[in-house]
Amino acid sequence: MLKIRQLQKKKQQEAELASGSASPSGSGSRTDSPAKVSGAQLRLQKDITELDLPKTIKVTFPDSSDFFNFNLQILPQQGFYKGGVFDFKVEINGNFPIDPPKIRCLNKIYHPNIDLEGNICLNILREDWSPVLNLNSVLIGLNFLFLEPNPNDPLNKEAANVLVKDKSQFKRNVSNSMRGGYIDQTYYDKVLNI
Amino acid sequence: MSVATHSARDISSIESILRNIGPYNEVPDEYNADEAAEALRTTTVLVIGAGGLGCEILKNLALTGFKKIHVIDMDTIDVSNLNRQFLFRPKDVGHSKAEVAARFIQERIGDEELKITPYFGKIQDKPLEYYRQFGVIVCGLDSIEARRWINATVVSLVDSELNNLIPMVDGGTEGFRGQSRVILPTLTSCYECTLDLLSPKTTYPVCTIANTPRLPEHCIEFASVIEWPKHFPGRKFDADDPESVQWMYETALARAKLFNIQGVTKQLTLGVVKNIIPAIASTNAIIAASCCNEAFKIVTNTNPILNNYMMYAGDESIFTYTYAHSRRPNCPVCGNMSKKVIAKNWWTLDRFIEEISGKQEIQMSSPSLTTAEKSLYLRNPPNLEQATRPNLAKKFNTLVRAGDEVVITDPNLPISLRLTVEFTGPEVEPDDVNSSLM
Repeated sequence: MLKIRQLQKKKQQEAELASGSASPSGSGSRTDSPAKVSGAQLRLQKDITELDLPKTIKVTFPDSSDFFNFNLQILPQQGFYKGGVFDFKVEINGNFPIDPPKIRCLNKIYHPNIDLEGNICLNILREDWSPVLNLNSVLIGLNFLFLEPNPNDPLNKEAANVLVKDKSQFKRNVSNSMRGGYIDQTYYDKVLNI
Repeated sequence: MSVATHSARDISSIESILRNIGPYNEVPDEYNADEAAEALRTTTVLVIGAGGLGCEILKNLALTGFKKIHVIDMDTIDVSNLNRQFLFRPKDVGHSKAEVAARFIQERIGDEELKITPYFGKIQDKPLEYYRQFGVIVCGLDSIEARRWINATVVSLVDSELNNLIPMVDGGTEGFRGQSRVILPTLTSCYECTLDLLSPKTTYPVCTIANTPRLPEHCIEFASVIEWPKHFPGRKFDADDPESVQWMYETALARAKLFNIQGVTKQLTLGVVKNIIPAIASTNAIIAASCCNEAFKIVTNTNPILNNYMMYAGDESIFTYTYAHSRRPNCPVCGNMSKKVIAKNWWTLDRFIEEISGKQEIQMSSPSLTTAEKSLYLRNPPNLEQATRPNLAKKFNTLVRAGDEVVITDPNLPISLRLTVEFTGPEVEPDDVNSSLM
């Protein structure tokens, strides 16, 4: 421990030099156990309070003290999905930002990259997630899927095929599905904002 | 030949290391062999994890001459542990790893002075205060989450005068690879500083899993990611439940047949869903040996300690590399020491924010405040602001207990700021202006 004490002294001296005056030492340390904030929460608080989202993305927190579970709404103002309101549930675990946020679509929707169970195929939600990304980038990425559905990485293969072969048919299918109706024997939820 | 007193173990070979000051001793003027021997005997060491690494660590520490050892592990012994976790026997299956390991070492070494205290449970069960008693913490963990927790805990123990600094030695192995490192909380890089070194878990794109599986792993992921939640909504998969594993295996196998993919086995299924990496006993032995030597050097001062990260790669021939990983200035855990602030008992939350925002060294434009338990006030997003706004008018000491940590984030701050709050003064704002000046 002798070496460590040397390092401690050195650091204290540096700190004193930096602050210009020695900090008043005194009162001993507490003996009971104060509440501690976890690393995941520290990071998440930063991510959430610094969210900078377009008007088309809304986040709502059922419990204002729980950053780890919240809801998300995407309201596209242009593109195939204009006029729709899409609900998502976001779950973040204690291992954030090692583990990516888990996002699931709550509506049954007709979208090449979202399957009927609400699973989402977005690279930064899985294989390309990295701790340097933040919550904002994921939400922007998700928003982008509604502006530019990507037929090359399909989860709903039928929808992707239609998008590749016949754009106007795809457009019709999307607007029919958003009104609440059947496309190829599958019923889709009504998500129109009226 | 020296004869050991009582039934204490003969540590003459270690004594000779302590008695002879070598050329590398960093503190030759202050070094004292008797004090070093005494430190070895009296320092309480905490071993976290009594698994593959933990068995080795416990054995090494006990044989090196440490006398007071605590060990924590939340796991029970599984048959599959017995090939490498050598303190356990078939009759121990189902019992606590920590308790069995402690008893085994204690009986085997038969040293009256040696006291190993096991705890069967989670590290998170223990209060902050519990960790203060240790001189060194040695970790042999397999979980990132547990490492982050203990790391944040030892960093938070360090006060503004740098007291209560507990060195932590962390070991980890993965097949033929491993690393050991020494963390001097707030002095050298902490675990959180190096999070970006972690190799990401192997994951596969959902689209591939759903549409174009090529590998047996894709079929297993399909069963686990897509089919499991569909069949058992809201239920978490339990890899220790044979029926669930069987279901997972059969579902994956059916998927593999459909796409004509070979190679889905029950073992691979377990490997993929549990993310199992094969453990190699000798890698554990190498890493544990390094960790225990560091603990020994930290406590006795005989030789310089590891500075601060040693990687070991035995998968392609053999390669080791040691370097000093530098601290990350904006590390959310150690980049900012918890600062102490004194609040008046009569302050509202609003007043508190006003007071700290005005401080030169803090300078915030729109701070958001939370404690470990609740949100105090959040500026953004709008509906959180609305939900927490009523707190502004509440008295601060009804929202926060003395000694609680308040975390403040602000777009102006690259890191989050941690304040430990203390209260003084009367409950009601004194009318007399002079009395509030003290």
